[in-house]
Parts: sequence; C-alpha cells; structure tokens
Amino acid sequence: MSEQAVGTNKGHDRDWLSRIPKGIHGWLVPLAIVAVWEAAAALDLISAATLPAPSIIIGQFFSLIASGELFEHLGISAYRAGLGFLLGAAAGLLLGLSTGLGKLAERTLDPSLQMLRTIPLLSLIPLFILWFGVGEFSKILMIGLGAFFPVYVNTFLGIRNVDSKLIEVSRIFQYSRWQLLGKMIIPAALPNILLGLRLSLGVAWLVLVVAEMMGTSAGVGYMIQDARAYSQTDKVFVGISIFAIVGKLSDSAVRLLEKRWLRWRDTFKG
Amino acid sequence: MATEMLTIDNLNKTFAVPSGDVVALHNIGLKVKKGEFITIIGPSGCGKSTLLKIVAGLDTGYSGTVLLNGKEIEGPSIEKGFIFQEPRLFPWMTVEGNIAANLSLKNPEVRKKVDELIELVRLKGFEKSYPRELSGGMAQRVSIARALLRNPDVLLLDEPFGALDAFTRSHLQEVLLDIWQTNKTTMLFVTHDLDEAVFLGERVVIMNPRPGHIRNILPIDLPFPRKRTGSAFQELRRLVLNEFEKVEEPLFEIGAGI
Ligand SMILES: Nc1ncnc2c1ncn2[C@@H]1O[C@H](COP(=O)(O)OP(=O)(O)O)[C@@H](O)[C@H]1O
Ligand SMILES: [Mg+2]
Repeated sequence: MSEQAVGTNKGHDRDWLSRIPKGIHGWLVPLAIVAVWEAAAALDLISAATLPAPSIIIGQFFSLIASGELFEHLGISAYRAGLGFLLGAAAGLLLGLSTGLGKLAERTLDPSLQMLRTIPLLSLIPLFILWFGVGEFSKILMIGLGAFFPVYVNTFLGIRNVDSKLIEVSRIFQYSRWQLLGKMIIPAALPNILLGLRLSLGVAWLVLVVAEMMGTSAGVGYMIQDARAYSQTDKVFVGISIFAIVGKLSDSAVRLLEKRWLRWRDTFKG
Repeated sequence: MATEMLTIDNLNKTFAVPSGDVVALHNIGLKVKKGEFITIIGPSGCGKSTLLKIVAGLDTGYSGTVLLNGKEIEGPSIEKGFIFQEPRLFPWMTVEGNIAANLSLKNPEVRKKVDELIELVRLKGFEKSYPRELSGGMAQRVSIARALLRNPDVLLLDEPFGALDAFTRSHLQEVLLDIWQTNKTTMLFVTHDLDEAVFLGERVVIMNPRPGHIRNILPIDLPFPRKRTGSAFQELRRLVLNEFEKVEEPLFEIGAGI
C-alpha cells in the first residue's frame, strides 16, 4: 500500500518535466539562471559595473551588430582562428600520418615533436613577439602551433590503434598502398582524427584570445580588452558570449561530421 | 600427380620466445588434391593455426617445402582465401561494402557477383547493414562471401564456426558444402570439433601437440550429403576419436559437437 503511494508520487514528480519537449531540457538551467540574474539586477542587488543585467548585455549586443562593429571584429577573429587552425590541423594530419605509418619518420620526428609538445604554448609568446613581432603572421603561426598538436597526437594514436587482424585481411586481399591508406587506415583512425580536430579547434580558439589581447586593433579579443579599459562590462560580456557561441558552433560542426562519418560505430550512447 | 594443388613436405616451424624455442610444427607432410575437402582436427596448441597461416603466406619464417600449384608461397594473396574464427569485418563498411572491400561496387561485374554471393549466403535484405547490426552467424557468412568473391584456388578456414551456436553452425556447414560442391574450391578446414571434422572432410588430418605433428590421416569414405546419425558416420567418428585416446591426457570433451 505505502509502496504504491511512493510509486505514484515519484511518477508525479517527473510529470512536469515530461511535459516539456526533450530538446529544451538542456536550456532549463541556463534560463533559470538568467531569470534570477535579471531579477537581481532589476532589484538593484548587483551593481551594473560588475554584472550588467542580461537585458542590457543583449541591448549592447544588438547595438554592436547595428553599428557593424561586432562583425568587423568577428570577421578578423574568424580569419585568424580559421587560417591558423587549417594550417596547424593540416600539418598535424600530415605529420601524424607520416609518423604513424612509417617507422623511420617515427624514430626521427616523433621524439622532437613530443619534446616540443611539453612546452606550454603560452610561454612561447614573448619569443614569437621578439622573432615575428605582433603582426598577423605571428598570431596565425601561434594559433597554428596550438592547433597542430591535438591533431598530430590523435592521428598517430588512431593509426597505431588500427586492428592488426584487419590489416591481415587487407594483406590477403592484396590492397594497394593507396587502398591500404584510404580504405583501411584512415577510416579506422577517423574517430581519433575527428577527436583531434575537435580538441584542436578548442585550442585555436584559446590561443586566438591570448593573441588578440596584445598589440592589435581589431578582433573580438581586442574588443574585450578595449571594453575593459573603458569599464564597459556589458561589452566584455558580449565578447565572451561571442567566443562561447562561435566555439560551440564550430564544435557542433565537427560533431555533425562525426555523426555522418562514424555512423558505423557501435558504442555506448548512455 | 598432376592434380595435386598443395604439397607440404617436411615443414618445421619454431617460435623464438623469451623462455626458449617453441616447436609449433614438426615434420608436417600433406598432399592435397585440387577440389579436395580436408579437415584438420587437433587440440588447441597443436599448431593448426600456424599451419594455415604458413599456407596463407601470412607467416614466412619456416623450414621445409610448401608448394601451391607447384610454386613456393611468397606472401598472402587472393588465391589463398582465409576465413578466420572471428569474422574480421571492416566495421566502417556495410555488408556489401565488406564483400567488395577494395573492389568497386560501381563496376557492374563486381556488383553482379556481390549480389549473387549475398543470395548464396542468404543475406538478402542486409546489403546496407553495418557489421554491428549483424549476428555472429550472419557476420561469418559475410566473411565467407567476401572470400568467395575473389575466386580463391584454396580456401583456408580456421575454426570458422567455433564461436557459433549449434544450429547456426550446422546451417553454415551445409552452406559451405553447397559452395564446395558448386565451385569445387579446395578446402583446408581447421576445427576442434569431432563431428564437424567427420561431417565435412573427405580426409581428416589428425594433429597432436608438443610438438605439433600429424598423427594420422583418415579417409572418410561416405557420400554427401552425410547423415550424422548413421551408423557408418558414428563408426568413423569413433575411429577418429580413437586416435586421440592413444594420448594419455583426455584432449576432448566428448559430445562437444552437435
Ligand atoms: N606468434 C607466436 N609467438 C610465439 N608462439 C606462438 C605464436 N603463435 C603460436 N605460438 C605457439 O605455437 C603453438 C601452436 O599454436 P597455434 O598454431 O595457434 O595452435 P592451434 O591453432 O592449434 O591452437 C602454441 O604452443 C603457441 O603457443
Ligand atoms: Mg588456432
């Protein structure tokens, strides 16, 4: 009797959640926080200089769009991050393939690369400035270097994890060198390669912010830095949100590729 | 003599391991005629897989003679089809993709043969399925089909049905016999299942371990299709079993077959 009561009670508790579409579940917590935040600001519980109300941040966001300022900054940031990422990821993929496939390349290249990898990237910034100045070249090179290692390490790992039993099958079927690469090794290593790309995007984004906070006059990072100098906290928040949104979008893009290309995978989905 | 397809003579294989040398195969001699169905039976560790891998060209460090069609084996090739105990399908390819593998399904000739093979191994409707969606028996049928697509001279099967349940296994045995009778492919079929060895083989090669050697080769003079329950079958089965009971330790679980 009492057990049944507990059971129905539990069902009742979950009722209100089940009435809300599943796609919205992830939004519930952020929405609640924003609501509380807005209310607290309206009641003057927090100072606008520390934490401007969400409505003010959104207002600032639209005025930055209207003036064209936002897209100007975003454009140059996207260019730097995109180019740096492309160069770094391409180099990572190529070198990862070489060291993963060839013992000679592994013996000669991998030790140096592993050593370089242990250097905290941000500690190289002064050196980059000394060598290349603070111009675009220096920034893109730094982003590229950051984007390089995740792709490199994961490509190498993916290749070395290819099941030798499947390689045996490809030997019996007399795969050509290109078939071995294109129909066996790359598909088998693809989960790792895509993971490397995702991590690499994150690093590219991180390095971008750091690079844009020094010696530049454009970019979302600059916009944040500039707004801080003038205590425009709402503008700082817009900049941070832009980083969050674009970061999330680029991550989703790679995840979409994973969904399409890794459909064959049989893994735990929770 | 002219019909001899595979000649193995005085084959020895030693593995160097940290604790010393392991003699995996000792003085193996076997002649297989074209189109013959040979089953090889023996307890685990007697070198059955090692023998097949040498014939397949996957393992080249041996001494002695191994000739396929009169030529020494130089490495793996499509003439020597191999079916492993695990299906070893490419997980990123569909059923038809796995069968075609490095051949293009856009080639109408390949397409036609793949469709015929899917029919033959009874996988119609699953062409576009991925390996993760298949049962063990279905996956093994895919691996049979992809070996057959390459028209091998000899098909090497290493306990191919060992991991399957009794019903699936006996079904696949029938499928394999069908294929053999239609294509006349030479079969070298390794098993540790007594009934399977007698049911399929025209000759049963009996191997014993330490070091791996051939104890005896018994002809099974029964017409196909064979009946497992027939008295002649049971008599031959006992004959094969006797070969093992001469060894001190019990090597088989009696009745492990179907
Ligand atoms: N790669 C290897 N390295 C060392 N020893 C091996 C290797 N492969 C097989 N052996 C040894 O050779 C013997 C025969 O093995 P195997 O051919 O796999 O037997 P079976 O297939 O009959 O069970 C075993 O004693 C095994 O330990
Ligand atoms: Mg074995």
